[in-house]
Amino acid sequence: MAEGLIVRSLRDGSLPGEHAPALCLEDSLPSPLASHSHAVFRHLLASLLSTGTGTAVVLVAFHRSPSFYLSLLSPTFHNSIRLLDCYSDPLAWKSNHHPPPPSHSPQNITLLTNLNHLPHFLSSILHLAKDLGAQGHDRVTVAIDSVTHMLRHAPLPSVLQLLTNLRCHEKISSLFWLIHTDLHEPKVISSFEYISTMIASLQPIVQLPDYANANISASITSLEENYSKAKFNVRLKRRNGRVKLLCEELLIEQGSVKFSSVPSVSSVVAQNLIPKVQFNIQLSDKERMDRANVVLPFEHQGNGQNIEIYDGRRSLSESQKDPSSTKIGGLSEQKRSNNNKSEKGEIHYIRDSDDEQPDSDEDPDDDLDI
Amino acid sequence: MAEVGDLLAEAMGHSLPVGKVVLVGDCVETSGAFVLHLLLKRCLSLDSSFAVFVALSHPFSHYDRVLRKMGCNLSVQKKNGKLHFLELLDFSARSKENSVDDGFCKLYNEIRKAVETARSKDTKASCVYIMIDDISLLEIAADGSENDVLNFLHYCSTLTSEMDCLLIILNHEDVYSSEEAPRLLAHLQHLSDIEIRAAPLNTGLAADVHGQLTVINKGLLNDDRRSGRRIWNFQFKVKENSVEFFYPGSQH
Repeated sequence: MAEGLIVRSLRDGSLPGEHAPALCLEDSLPSPLASHSHAVFRHLLASLLSTGTGTAVVLVAFHRSPSFYLSLLSPTFHNSIRLLDCYSDPLAWKSNHHPPPPSHSPQNITLLTNLNHLPHFLSSILHLAKDLGAQGHDRVTVAIDSVTHMLRHAPLPSVLQLLTNLRCHEKISSLFWLIHTDLHEPKVISSFEYISTMIASLQPIVQLPDYANANISASITSLEENYSKAKFNVRLKRRNGRVKLLCEELLIEQGSVKFSSVPSVSSVVAQNLIPKVQFNIQLSDKERMDRANVVLPFEHQGNGQNIEIYDGRRSLSESQKDPSSTKIGGLSEQKRSNNNKSEKGEIHYIRDSDDEQPDSDEDPDDDLDI
Repeated sequence: MAEVGDLLAEAMGHSLPVGKVVLVGDCVETSGAFVLHLLLKRCLSLDSSFAVFVALSHPFSHYDRVLRKMGCNLSVQKKNGKLHFLELLDFSARSKENSVDDGFCKLYNEIRKAVETARSKDTKASCVYIMIDDISLLEIAADGSENDVLNFLHYCSTLTSEMDCLLIILNHEDVYSSEEAPRLLAHLQHLSDIEIRAAPLNTGLAADVHGQLTVINKGLLNDDRRSGRRIWNFQFKVKENSVEFFYPGSQH
């Protein structure tokens, strides 16, 4: 469902007078290590191109070669995609030393060699978008893999302004980008989240304490599971300001991506919380009933019977004969005989709530402001 | 390429991995240099292969001595044109004439030219390795400029796809472990397709086992590897002329 909403939003574009919808796709090393975020990236590309609504894509390639992306997509989509190659020679290290031969690259790949000059970068994207528009594509989506690479060559404000300019441009119907959250400060990630209308983050199924320094030998099973599954958390911002949160599970199988709703884990979690020890720490039904019938100190049972408190120093029968012994029942009798308010002290014990367990470890003095 | 019982070859993929970036990480307690030696030896032992070795850590004589004990004569390989050795012990990317960016640009183009020359001689070379020892010294050569190091590594990684090479980088992970934000290490981990980590045993020092090796083979979307397994963890013992890999408790 989350994936469908994202694709529909990117496909539909924006209403007149509004900025284009933008998806911020986030990943980090603990989650399926970027290789799977590219699976999601490709899945989104294929979904957009296959909708049959005339959607085309301008793909800005930083992380992998353009031919890699083309190899992931069906050849039928190749006419609907233009690639801006920021991977092969972004700083002109090759072209300055070895002038490039006559281009044999496919027509849908444009090489960019001066990544440090953002205005030229922006105009290159818009040129490709206009080219697609001229071929009859009504909607053009810009996909950037990834803005992390952009931030190494340009300051944050410039990159944000570029993305905003793309969202404002009439030729661009939607925009999405990938960012690696563990390579940036939180304020950088927040900046990109603010200018996006949808935020999709890949989270590991099994949280590990520290990916870089983890004791891998002890957590191989967990790491393997993180490679095949991930949590797909999506935050959608509505026009009226409301935010919709969705959480699904993502499964990578033989290069394809499948989304599923999160299964009920409460029973599984409850089962896992019980420690495996040699003695029985659970209660049977009879034991639960017996515990419920135990008379707690200072608790009025409401059954009209005397409440006798055994102080442990003598037997109960002796304490009943001794009129000086502390008895709430005795006090009750006196109260009833006099039919007046008792002059002696009383203890009223009131439970905090009916849900409070008798064996609760909660300290009743926790709320004291000492 | 794979030898019987060779766990490292199994973890990296029995067929020669090409077009990938391999990150070898180690620490003070357990050196991962033996992985570089082993991979270099395996590359040069093939009939049709070529290696570019960027040595910032040790001189040629050191590697020659180590590989000779493993049965590989680097001097002969160099003479035969199968090894292009760049000894850069006092390399500094910045000079009077060049900026750091220009210095790395020149180094990259030298590597590229060596690979292009090897490919033009033998276009069917099955194995072309580019090996860098090590990244922390590259950062020193860049006057601490992490961005310039990453630019250089990016350009080296483009050779993996354009020239079907394997890029192998050695990195001392504990150099960055104390930082609050180990960005360079995280960048390298994002860049790499295969991670090989050498670490000490959890139980401490041992005479018969020198450490444990963890291999994370991330794979790509078009990887035809059938096995879904991506993570291997096994122990190793470095001998004079070889390295033994075995699972815990299975060493004879």
